[in-house]
Amino acid sequence: MKDLIRTLTEAFGPSGYETEVTDLIKTLVEDYVDEIETDVLGNLIAVKRGSEDGAKIMFAAHTDEIGIVVTHIDDNGFLRFANIGGVGVATLIGNRVRFANGTIGVISREKGDWKETTLDKLYIDIGAESKEEAQAKVNVGDFGIFHREFVDLGQRLVAKAMDDRIGCVVLIEALKQIKEPKNTLYFVFTAQEEVGLRGARTSAYRIDPDLGIALDVTMTGDTPEARRMEVSLGKGTAIKVKDSSVIAHPKVKELLVKLAEENGIPYQLEVLEAGGTDAGAIHLTREGVPSGTISIPTRYVHSPSEMVDVRDVKACVDLVVALADAEIDIN
Amino acid sequence: MLLARLTEVNGAPGQEGEVRNLIRAEVEPYVDEIRTDSLGNLYAIKNAGAPGPTVMLAAHMDEVALMITGIEGNGYLKFRSIGGIDPRVLVAKTVVVGEKKVPGVIGAKPIHLQQPNERQRAFTMRELLIDIGARSKEEAERQVKLGECAYFTTKYEEIGQNRVKAKALDDRVGCALAIRLIQSDVSYPLVAAFTVQEEVGLRGAGVAAYQVEPDLAFVLEGTTASDVAGIDEHKHATSVGKGPAITVVDRSVIPHPGLVKELLALADEKGIPVQVRRNTAGGTDAGRIQLTKAGAKVGVVSVPCRYIHSPASVLSKDDFEHAYQLVKSYLERLEESEGSR
Repeated sequence: MKDLIRTLTEAFGPSGYETEVTDLIKTLVEDYVDEIETDVLGNLIAVKRGSEDGAKIMFAAHTDEIGIVVTHIDDNGFLRFANIGGVGVATLIGNRVRFANGTIGVISREKGDWKETTLDKLYIDIGAESKEEAQAKVNVGDFGIFHREFVDLGQRLVAKAMDDRIGCVVLIEALKQIKEPKNTLYFVFTAQEEVGLRGARTSAYRIDPDLGIALDVTMTGDTPEARRMEVSLGKGTAIKVKDSSVIAHPKVKELLVKLAEENGIPYQLEVLEAGGTDAGAIHLTREGVPSGTISIPTRYVHSPSEMVDVRDVKACVDLVVALADAEIDIN
Repeated sequence: MLLARLTEVNGAPGQEGEVRNLIRAEVEPYVDEIRTDSLGNLYAIKNAGAPGPTVMLAAHMDEVALMITGIEGNGYLKFRSIGGIDPRVLVAKTVVVGEKKVPGVIGAKPIHLQQPNERQRAFTMRELLIDIGARSKEEAERQVKLGECAYFTTKYEEIGQNRVKAKALDDRVGCALAIRLIQSDVSYPLVAAFTVQEEVGLRGAGVAAYQVEPDLAFVLEGTTASDVAGIDEHKHATSVGKGPAITVVDRSVIPHPGLVKELLALADEKGIPVQVRRNTAGGTDAGRIQLTKAGAKVGVVSVPCRYIHSPASVLSKDDFEHAYQLVKSYLERLEESEGSR
């Protein structure tokens, strides 16, 4: 599983430009599913058919990651950029950017007070000496990601884009284990989550599920002087109660808790005070869809070094597998 | 001149009737069917039910405006903006109010009566009043009803080298493009959707897309050009005269990457100048259209306009023409590939 996490987290996929990630996932899962297709927004939808009396469950894990877009190239070959998704200035200085063609650049800032350092005071240096040299590699409108390699620290793993490739990994691993499920399962690798839960919205409309489950990272409160939050790394899968995009359907939350207890899966309840997941879009689709989220506890979310615990990831996989055969009776 | 007629009619968000009537008359000869919906969107439809992808051209009819919210005892009108207007552009501008087009002027305390601290700051909208020459509340009430809107009186004018000065170029320039493009000779379903209430939150476009169910949509816009005094070059969103702008990302949408690539390649091939929009702020109807039902392929082509959301904006007729040529070429290319299928 660690190799899979390395491969997926190191892939290139800023919002809207997730093809490299979806192509990778497609090759990994196509032998395990009954149908697979990509839609106009770039969502990859893999279907595993269940029995006649089963429910239709949509699982969503997003393929996109936060990044940047080039807005200007100056005469000396320096790039200016804007954010794609939630990018904090503090995490950028000294970090590196990678473009689709492999070009690497380093981010730095104009002189001035740190407090007044906003995104438009930063620039990217790709080592070009002139505008022309820069334009041979990068153009205005090109998307980039934060470049950082995967690190294995034992139980704990660090990488960029754990948000939400780790959710994709959970779905892929579960998919491989599920043989003949009771429920019909739609594994949706969604596009454009970081810019507003966009891929989940259109794919949920297409699928029209009985139950929606997002797989996404959540924050933790277990680091020095952390904002208070009752989620820790290594204490199991996190079953969401609420965040700013969704209040998990009480019966969905209860079902997930019941399945975790019955199957001896370590879990913790999660109340996230800010942030949202694809469940926020799914639950408001059409006439409404009962929805919840299975979260992977993650430290340093939206930095180029996001940390997860392998044991939590496994617990999430087990919970998804348990749902495949569960009796779904919500409404 | 189409753009002159379009910019000299008025249409606040939710009050687009005048614009709609003008557009209906303009497109009638060229389409099979014209209809409106309950929000006021206008649809001009060709080849409904024909094979091939349904293509939607979307442009919004509404413009930012001032809504009359009160009539003072002495006959002055209080107002609020509908859509984003900088109050600093308002003082001393002439307007017309409501259905009767009552002429008026936006009044403020003259400088020689202002306190020193008042001179240091701009007036807020609450401190400004519209003067329609009424001597009393009763006299004003005979001319104007609450909820009616006031509009700038700017006349369309061609200035300099092939440039245009007018009000409401955002988004009458898009309406003008859609009116011309719907005349294209194609065999697949083509729908021009003239949408309402964009300026207050992209409201018409979502229900329009829900009805049309486009496979492909072009949103035609007037976008902000910031090649104006006092702005660093790296903060220029677009520049006037350098071709239509193609959006790669804004607050509302990431247009279909394949479509962006096709448009850039097509421009290159046909020798049409284009620019990538270099700012990620703002939003367009594309944000709603892309996410309606199971989703649509969307692209945004804009004509750069300086000073949008003010009494007078400026665009280049060359950019307008090139925007037309670019989308027209795309529609023709699509016709060729559909025909050979």
